[in-house]
Amino acid sequence: MNKKRALFLFLTVILVMGLFAGCGGDSDNGGNGGGEAPTEVKIGINYELSGEVATYGQACKDGILMAFDEINAAGGVNGMQIVPVVVDNKSESAEATSLATKLMTQEDVVACLGPATSGNFMATIPVAMQNSIPVISASATADKGVTTDASGNVNEYVFRLCFNDSFQGVTMASFAKNNLNATKAVIIQDKSSDYGQGLADNFTATFEAAGGTIVAHEGYVAKDKDFNSILTSIKAKDFDVIFVPGYYQEAGLIIKQARDLGIDAPILGADGFDSPVLLELAGEEALNDVYFSNHYSSLDEDPLVLEFIDGFKAKYNSDPNAFHALGYDLGKFIADAIERAGAVDPEAVKDALASTKGFVGVTGSFDMGEDHNPIKAAVVIGLENGAQASSVKVDPQ
Amino acid sequence: MDQFIQQMVNGISLGSIYALIALGYTMVYGIIKLINFAHGDVYMIGAYIGFAATTYAQLGFFPALIISMASCAVLGMVIERVAYKPLRASTRIAVLITAIGMSLLLEYVMMFFVGAEVRSYPKLLSSETFHLGNVVINMQQIYIVATAIALMILLQFIVHKTKTGKAMRAVSIDQDAAQLMGIKVDNTISFTFAVGSAFAGAAGVLVGIYYNSIDPLMGIMPGLKAFIAAVFGGIGNIPGAMIGGVTIGIMETLVSGYGNSMYRDAVVFAFLIIILILKPSGLLGKNIREKV
Repeated sequence: MNKKRALFLFLTVILVMGLFAGCGGDSDNGGNGGGEAPTEVKIGINYELSGEVATYGQACKDGILMAFDEINAAGGVNGMQIVPVVVDNKSESAEATSLATKLMTQEDVVACLGPATSGNFMATIPVAMQNSIPVISASATADKGVTTDASGNVNEYVFRLCFNDSFQGVTMASFAKNNLNATKAVIIQDKSSDYGQGLADNFTATFEAAGGTIVAHEGYVAKDKDFNSILTSIKAKDFDVIFVPGYYQEAGLIIKQARDLGIDAPILGADGFDSPVLLELAGEEALNDVYFSNHYSSLDEDPLVLEFIDGFKAKYNSDPNAFHALGYDLGKFIADAIERAGAVDPEAVKDALASTKGFVGVTGSFDMGEDHNPIKAAVVIGLENGAQASSVKVDPQ
Repeated sequence: MDQFIQQMVNGISLGSIYALIALGYTMVYGIIKLINFAHGDVYMIGAYIGFAATTYAQLGFFPALIISMASCAVLGMVIERVAYKPLRASTRIAVLITAIGMSLLLEYVMMFFVGAEVRSYPKLLSSETFHLGNVVINMQQIYIVATAIALMILLQFIVHKTKTGKAMRAVSIDQDAAQLMGIKVDNTISFTFAVGSAFAGAAGVLVGIYYNSIDPLMGIMPGLKAFIAAVFGGIGNIPGAMIGGVTIGIMETLVSGYGNSMYRDAVVFAFLIIILILKPSGLLGKNIREKV
């Protein structure tokens, strides 16, 4: 009995101490938030820094921090220094939600950037709507559920900086028709993702409307490795191009196995192809006559792009990819909106984001559309021996 | 016709890999009546060992294959000693659940160490292709089938012509009687795990080279398919596992080549259900009455 009582007392003491410790921490945070003239502005950076899609998250974060460093070095936004609050959501949507809540309720951020993938980004949308703090993603391309809700209403506090999947499907269909003079296409689609479905639907609609025909429509699921049987059966058909709406893990294998079987037709895809792993999986010889839509091309000769590439190489000692470029633009974009808002107030920043006109970035210049999607052009990149060899800009209709 | 032959070539290469994995399932089942669900993950680890040997140590195909087979053999024995041997007197369901736990453990420990992203093998075998009419056969397919056949002949030799093989057969028929005859049952079981795991390791390296893509969860699907192959051939029966593997490979290829590629897995698993209903002992399995 005595022992039990002693244990109970001990646990109570620990619990009470814990409560006090918690209170202390809270009041500290509160103290930081106050102050008369703000000298700094906090921005949440909620990205996939580890886990499955860490390459996307890391790249975006590096791009954003590069932009912030440049802005801070040049005197900041309206005299305030930008303070990024970086958190890692481990590529999990539940974690993304709880970190967004933490950033918005405890860190007093004026806006949250990220996550990189549509699924994780969507998980933070309810939090943004509840706390009336804007969230912006540079790379969430899903058609549905991002900037508009299920019934098609615009999510007031949600913005993105990239075109969506349907636009990529449309772009690749018009590219196949106009630039490659294709009239017959085969689709090999990733049936296990919304991404593959959205791309395939829009490609089919645009390609058929332009007078083309889809000769065959095959499907696979993520993690498949053997495509020889599908490819053997389409090899016997008459077609001009193959469209592969999917991610690089499987696309790399499809390209390799197609070329091994002697299929030389051009292979088209979307931004899911943009990874150095594609080259590792498919090999140099196979990556000829491969085209994919993307947000940015390192072949672009725009002085702004060249300056970005040089700056990036100086800072990180490597070549930037599209996610770095999107992250960089996102950093500049939020700073621009805070500057135009003229106050460190999420509401004013939201209005400034929504009324963006003629923002000039590395991934193209755009106006913010009424549905909070930017109206911007896509780039179609052509690969030769595994290297980016050509880029064509396709403007939105 | 060309297309059909081409599909057969594809199916046989895929099937040889299933057959190599199925052998491990069937041998282990034959000897201790355990469906070793961790077997597909041994195959995955074999692929990673081959990856390390070729990428970091820059070894060629044969040294990598041998290193991977040897390491997997050791891994197989360790798994048996650590996870299954202490449970040998327990119910079969307890060991089966342990096997599933072992499988998840291997998957996520690997994921912790190597990350979840896919990796690709360096180029080891020439991707030279041979054209027979319109049928294309590449060097890697020839290597896969040749390695599989060589290993299966070796296995037949071990099981039927060596003393250890005789011991394996004796233990699989009656463990207690074998022990009374002076056979070291524990060593024989260890050896069976070693051989089965080595074959899985070989399959891992072959897949790494052929498909050029490995990841920590790559063992799940081929593991299940190989299990179906083993059941189809008659679980516990070695030639049955080979026939089963090749059959499943060809079946998958024909379904996605001539039917709809989305139904491929569904057809294979439906096939498992049909076998279990119509001929539970499998193609070459014998109907043995359970002793009560």
